[in-house]
This record gives sequence, structure tokens and C-alpha cells, in this order.
Amino acid sequence: MLTIKEYVKVKSLEEAYELNQKRTNHILGGMLMLRLGSRNIQKAIDLSGLGLDSIEEETLEFRIGCMTTLRALETHEGLNAYTGGAVRESLRHIVGVQFRNLATVGGSIFGRFGFSDVLTMFLGLDTYVELYKGGILPLEEFAKKKRDTDILVRLIVKKTPVKAAYQSFRLTRTDFPVLALMASCLDGEWRCAVGARPGRAIVVRDQDGILKESGNQAEIERFAAYVKEKTPTGTNMRASAEYRSHLVQVLAKRAVEQAGG
Amino acid sequence: MEIKLELNGKALKAEIEPDLFLLDFLRSVGMKSVKRGCDTSNCGLCTVFVDDKPVLSCSMLAARADGHKVTTLEGLQAEAEEFGAFVGNQGAEQCGFCNPGFMMNAIAMFRENPDPTDEEILEYLSGNLCRCSGYEGQLRAIKAYLAFRKEEVAE
Repeated sequence: MLTIKEYVKVKSLEEAYELNQKRTNHILGGMLMLRLGSRNIQKAIDLSGLGLDSIEEETLEFRIGCMTTLRALETHEGLNAYTGGAVRESLRHIVGVQFRNLATVGGSIFGRFGFSDVLTMFLGLDTYVELYKGGILPLEEFAKKKRDTDILVRLIVKKTPVKAAYQSFRLTRTDFPVLALMASCLDGEWRCAVGARPGRAIVVRDQDGILKESGNQAEIERFAAYVKEKTPTGTNMRASAEYRSHLVQVLAKRAVEQAGG
Repeated sequence: MEIKLELNGKALKAEIEPDLFLLDFLRSVGMKSVKRGCDTSNCGLCTVFVDDKPVLSCSMLAARADGHKVTTLEGLQAEAEEFGAFVGNQGAEQCGFCNPGFMMNAIAMFRENPDPTDEEILEYLSGNLCRCSGYEGQLRAIKAYLAFRKEEVAE
């Protein structure tokens, strides 16, 4: 059961940061995962009054506030035009519209959940996180770090030329993915972000130069096999490690083909 | 703590506990159309509008509704009655428990996308679970209602 002693709608990031240094206090995102657990929170810290709930499209990048909802990302024309619809595809399977109107990008990314479609998708792009104290760092680096008491202020997605496609496999519609995969060619280099392994999403880059920007079928198949080989998988109630590894290869091939590899 | 909000068009001030969820708050002020289903953010039974967007009231703190506009099915009587007739005509309810949440989200879809394809309808309503109907009647009701609205516009 979740209990909250005090609710604080902060007026500044500094106030939020100071409150967040105490272990019994907690920053609220969309609260959809938090509410499922059992926790006694002294002060619930709400960032929703700080104007961090919008997507700003600039010439060279998108700046996405941490309180932006998944639904706002899903329906953002600029992001979807930039990614060929991969952003929408990664989000539209997450429970339902009502859920995605509450879930925030900050909550999804800061949580670094293994099952996260959101983390997987953004790892396939040229993405950075802006932390209140920690500054700006690549999302890939942030994804490997342990949780701390800093605040994720926004995501920054650079408009590096990209071809991208998102694929996921679910046992049933709206469930967590058994495997999630974003293939992308960023500035001529292919990569696959693989999530729901079931561990935290990782990035596999084409370091052997298997796939050119537009590869032939044999190259795509070799690259898909390479991604499978480089991706550690595990077993949980949804699938075995062996099946997940099989899916890595299948989804990598499909996604690269879809992206125009 | 005190919250002030607009509920179904009327200003409301209330004293609440910080961990009270919007679902419980709304039921405590008489909005009995808002149902508790799974209580794990999955079934859509508790759907209400906050600032005209459909959300799960089981997963949102009432404190977060402070300063916002909240709408339940009680506040959408005209739209709900009109669409509800089509739901009834198509036998799209059995126990009826999921209907308020389903109707709220269907109305949100009609407002956002007045001419959805079957695929768009199924996707928009994928967060509304029904354990009786198999969804066929609901889809028929939505399509019949949309056809009726098109005819109305054409006239």
C-alpha cells in the first residue's frame, strides 16, 4: 500500500532537489508504477507546476520536459516525422490512452525499467538527459547508472539524420513486451537498442561494419545475427532466454528492413 | 490539505488526505459512475476527464486535480445519453460495470477523431477491458453512432 504524509507542489527545481535528498521523500512522475508498490512516503514531490510538460522543437533538437506525457510524445507531429513514426509505434501499445495521458517521460526514463518501450526507443536515437545537478549526458550512459537523488529535468533528442523503425513482441495486446527493439541508422551507423531482454535496454552498434546505410538482404541477415550474438537475454514468466534471443534476431531483421536498411 | 477544482462545471473546494486517489475522492462526492475495477491502471473502468483528456482516476492523486477541470459521466449527460442509446441497441453491455469508463473514453475518441477507422477505434479503446461482451457489440455501437452522426451533419 502507498501512503503519503505530505504533498508538495514545488516552485523550483532547487526546492525539489533539496527535498529529494531525504530517502523517505519521493519525486512523482505519472505514479503508475509507484502506486503498485508498497511504500511510505514522507513528502511526495510534484514537479507539475514547473512548466516541464511540453516538447519544444528547435532547429537542431527536440527538448522534452520530464513531465511530458507519453500521449503527448505519441501524437507529436515533429517527433514522428523525424523518426518515420517510430516514436508513435513504440508507445501506442502501452496499456491505453488514459494510461499514456498520465505516464510521464521522466518517470519512464528515470526508472530505467527493463520492460520500458520508452527507454528502448530513445536509446535508438541521438538522445541526452539533462540532470539538475549532473548536467547533460548521453542517455546510454545514464541508462547504465544506478538511481540517485538527482532530478531528470528533460530529454534532448538531437536531429541527427536518422532512419528508424520500432518493433516489439507481446503475448497479448497492451501487455509488457516480451522483447522490444529499435533499429536505427544514425549518421550512417546502424544500431539496435534492445529492451525487455528482460533486463534494462542496451545498445548494440554495428562495430564490424556489417551493414551499409542501405544493405542487401544477406547483410541485413548477418547484422541481425550479430545483434542476437551481442545481446544477453534472460528468462522470466513471459519467455525464456532462448526464445528472447531468437526474437532479437527476428525483430532486428524486421526493423532494419522496415527502416530501409 | 485543501484542493479547489471544477467538477462537472461547478467549482468545488475540499479538504483531502495527500494520498487520496481521484477515484475515491470523486466517489466520496457522489460521482458513482466512476468505478473501481483492477486498481492496477489496466482496465479503464475509472476513466474520467482531467482538462478534457481521459485519465485513470485510480492512479492519479486527488491533490493533482487541484486547479484543474474534472469531468465524469455525470457531467456529460447529453452526449452519454445519445451514445448510450446505441450501446443499448447493439446489446453492447452485459453486466454493464465497464460501461461508464468505456463511454467516457469513446466520447474522448469522438472528440479527438470524429471519423476513426476500425483499427483506430480498437487502438483507442484498447485500455478499456470488458469481461462479458467480447467487444463486438461495442464496436457495432460505435460504428452505428458514428454513422448516425455523419447523417446528422449531412442533413
